[in-house]
Amino acid sequence: MEIRDELKYSEDHEWILVEEGIATIGISDFAQDAMGDVVFVELPEVGSNIDAGKTFGVVESVKAVSDLYAPVSGEVVEVNEGLPDAPDSVNSSPYDDAWMVKIKLSDAAQVEALMDAEAYRSCIAEQ
Amino acid sequence: MLKTTPLNKVHRELGARMVDFGGWDMPVQYTGVIDEHLAVRNAAGLFDVSHMGEIEVRGKGALDYIQRLTTNDAAKLVDGQVQYSAMCYENGGVVDDLTLYRFADDRYLFCVNASNIEKDFAWMQSVLEKGGFIDVSLTNLSDSYAQLALQGPTADAILGRLTDSDLASLVFYNFVEGEVAGVKTVISRTGYTGESGFELYFAPEHVEKIWHALMETGISDGLQPIGLGARDTLRQEKKYALYGHELSSQITPLEGGIAWITKLDKHSFIGKEPLCRMKEAGVPRRLVGLRMTEPGVPRENYPVFVSDEEVGVVTSGTMSPSLKVGIALALIATGHHPVGTEVSIGIRNRRVAAEVVKTPFV
Repeated sequence: MEIRDELKYSEDHEWILVEEGIATIGISDFAQDAMGDVVFVELPEVGSNIDAGKTFGVVESVKAVSDLYAPVSGEVVEVNEGLPDAPDSVNSSPYDDAWMVKIKLSDAAQVEALMDAEAYRSCIAEQ
Repeated sequence: MLKTTPLNKVHRELGARMVDFGGWDMPVQYTGVIDEHLAVRNAAGLFDVSHMGEIEVRGKGALDYIQRLTTNDAAKLVDGQVQYSAMCYENGGVVDDLTLYRFADDRYLFCVNASNIEKDFAWMQSVLEKGGFIDVSLTNLSDSYAQLALQGPTADAILGRLTDSDLASLVFYNFVEGEVAGVKTVISRTGYTGESGFELYFAPEHVEKIWHALMETGISDGLQPIGLGARDTLRQEKKYALYGHELSSQITPLEGGIAWITKLDKHSFIGKEPLCRMKEAGVPRRLVGLRMTEPGVPRENYPVFVSDEEVGVVTSGTMSPSLKVGIALALIATGHHPVGTEVSIGIRNRRVAAEVVKTPFV
């Protein structure tokens, strides 16, 4: 199970990488593994706003539908346009090819409330 | 407390993901649903289906009893033959669908769905008592049988190395009593995948031996263990009904896609009269296959629309691993059921286009 040290993590198993006020969001290796073969991804539109704790998209495996929960709030400035045509990259490359959205943070302090890699490691160890 | 099959430890050692399936602790996947699905279509898969129920019917008058109990015509069976059939309530709703094995004119075996074993046995017992079949006896042998399904294009080659029984002359929906890896086994050429293959019944204490013997010899033929996830996608691609989805006490066999095993010209069976009336008045809804024409994955209970009218409901749906497109089985109001009908499926807050297509899907 890969957990990257440079990322922050939410309890809903999203990862987030913040660079110059822009947050890139995806789902963790743990999340993709638990889900199984991902066959469908639905992402928000560029320009829409997402709110921390609310759903902003959907990932579906063969067996189940899982909501994506926003770890932070902000405006969507870019989405991974290629992802709906290659949903299996969520399984094969959850931290790289399968990034989902980039958002302009509306409250940078929200990032501080997320788990670092070490805290996330203990979080999934309990599951 | 979940029930377990005698292979539970083996599944766990293989790293299977286990789920609660109708009260049973069962493997949903080993390597992944898509990988396992394609292995069965292209090579072979081995399924632990020991949770399925087996109920034996014995005695003089067994056939008369079975004719009263089931929708298909059991008089057509000869020794060594299997029949797909169903049991209905008095109102025509389905108690269960099943496979019926004839061993002799006074000895039959029902293979029934795991989650229905107790219900089925109680129903069969009540029909027995009310019908006065005094020489017929029922025994629930579910704990006396383990069952494995070996399915896929290389299944014959694999099983052939472990048995002396003549598989080449064993035709679809027939069985022989033989040996597999030295263990007394009922070898049945049946299955739930649409591929060629077998269902094997034997005493549960031998299940690990047969499992390992098959896996060992089958590995060079691409044999893989298959979980319930792929079992479900495989049967959906062939439009095989699953009780609790396409069939239930609220769905008649005429609606649920098994009219072909419902012999309304048979002398008499439980549920016949309401089913005849339904047929005469016009069956109100039909089970159809839907194929998405826009991206999306249909799921059970999603509504189906024609224009703005809700005309039905999805009973099972998935992304088809073979076709890489969303497919569904759906109960649709008669009139909207012909192949080619354009529909839409309510997926979350959207309507996503689909079409009634010919089945099986593959």
